[in-house]
Amino acid sequence: MTDLKRRRFLISSALGVSALALSGCDRLEQSPEVGGVIRSAEKLTMSAQRLLLGRDALAREFAETDISPAFRVNGTSAPDGEAYAQLVEGNFANWRLKIDGLVDRPLELSLADLKKLPARTQITRHDCVEGWSAIAKWTGVPLGSLLAATGLKPSARFAVFHCADELEKTLDGSGRYYESIDLIDAFHPQTILAYRMNDQELSVGHGAPLRLRVERQLGYKQTKYIMHIEIVDSFAALWGGSGGFWEDRGYEWYAGI
Amino acid sequence: MNQETQPLRSTPLQSTPRRRAIFIRRHAVVTRLSHWLNVVCLSFLILSGLQIFNAYPQLHWGQYGMDSDPAFLTIGASESHGTPHGFVEIGSVSVPTTGFLGLSKVEGEWTPRAFPTWLTFPSYQDLAAGRNWHFFFAWVFVINGLVYLGYGLVSGHFRRDLTPKAQELAPRHFWREIVDHARLRFPAGEAARHYNVLQKLTYIGVMAGLLPLMILTGLTLSPGMDAAFPALLDIFGGRQSARSLHFITASLLVVFVIVHVAMVILSGPWNNLRSMVTGRYAIRSKEPDA
Repeated sequence: MTDLKRRRFLISSALGVSALALSGCDRLEQSPEVGGVIRSAEKLTMSAQRLLLGRDALAREFAETDISPAFRVNGTSAPDGEAYAQLVEGNFANWRLKIDGLVDRPLELSLADLKKLPARTQITRHDCVEGWSAIAKWTGVPLGSLLAATGLKPSARFAVFHCADELEKTLDGSGRYYESIDLIDAFHPQTILAYRMNDQELSVGHGAPLRLRVERQLGYKQTKYIMHIEIVDSFAALWGGSGGFWEDRGYEWYAGI
Repeated sequence: MNQETQPLRSTPLQSTPRRRAIFIRRHAVVTRLSHWLNVVCLSFLILSGLQIFNAYPQLHWGQYGMDSDPAFLTIGASESHGTPHGFVEIGSVSVPTTGFLGLSKVEGEWTPRAFPTWLTFPSYQDLAAGRNWHFFFAWVFVINGLVYLGYGLVSGHFRRDLTPKAQELAPRHFWREIVDHARLRFPAGEAARHYNVLQKLTYIGVMAGLLPLMILTGLTLSPGMDAAFPALLDIFGGRQSARSLHFITASLLVVFVIVHVAMVILSGPWNNLRSMVTGRYAIRSKEPDA
């Protein structure tokens, strides 16, 4: 081949390859093999962050003056269904938080019971996976103190939060919101079950009567409308098997990033 | 660029008999591999980064920011007289960008979308996938960068090839290189063996400035990293500031890539490409008509 022909050949093959690359890109994402490799980075991220974080490194706590004027009501703004409506009507007097699963002493607590327990108040930043942030003041019971009271069995590994809201309407109920965290985050000092926000009772929009704050992770971990906490050794058997509503839809289980 | 090695071959190039060319070994294998790996990483990082940006197409300064909070940049779509249009709002200035930013066609339908399908990975809206790919290539990018950094320090590549010499920084020399560059007069002969001072400063600026800024502002977006290194929030003035700086720095990197590719094309694309693939770079002697 002459120089010119070779150049033409090289140019056209380069153009061909880039066109192929553009159309093939989406197919790359849809390939289970490639996806498996790409998603393996989550484990690396989690190990690296846990190494750097340790158990007890605290998320930044802010001053009253840093509280943001707006805080988006995200996900569900009010759970559907007669049962939740009745709870709201009765001011959550009939609501009970169940903690069971791999525990020695299952608990059932009313909102009044929770409010009698030692509380923690913290002003922290909420980071949505979409990219926005808002700062609010939260008051609630440290989850670790409740779990300690139940006496975890040696096989306990995760706390699963079952919620009252259905974010996606499905026939099999798989659209119900749930989440899970491991025991390192469950016993972290800033991990609380919050019933107050910005010195007010937690509103329905923000998850009344109780929502989780797990401050070193993203917003989708901060479940609202908590009804039941289940201690498990694996979340593989729950719904999509990935440990949470958004995890079942492709998002990372470890949401520290 | 490896001055210590001997020219591989010193024979005249057959196809251009009027000019004599010798080949030198310009780029070491580590440089070449890390360069092309960077091309792959940056492509995926930028396209998946725009996918992530699309999930919340506003930029703020400070610790918090959402919706009604003051934003200095918004890419959006709005409707007037029943016709939707796309816009980019910077401060109080709004620029119509229908068809490109804010509103573009997705499978033939006008759709509100900050960046169009051909600038995001995946092309369709999928934040979860965008994040997965972004973080995977962020890891590859950082590991690749560390290998290159280690190589550059140990081999003397940084000291020998990238550190400007005192005489190169003298105002008179510096000015002449700027003028030559602006006139697209590229070094030939002996001078072509080395990077010129503008190249050196640009590469140092990218490697020691933009890339670390890119990584650190990216880490500040992680609530986990903020707990591990709270100083990140003080350095960048908050998570939303870091997000804005991440976007601005990425834009500067795109500008660098555009100028870089333009320079490669203007100063002899085949020679440059060959040297970054095989390592061999032809130096043409000055005398005939160059």
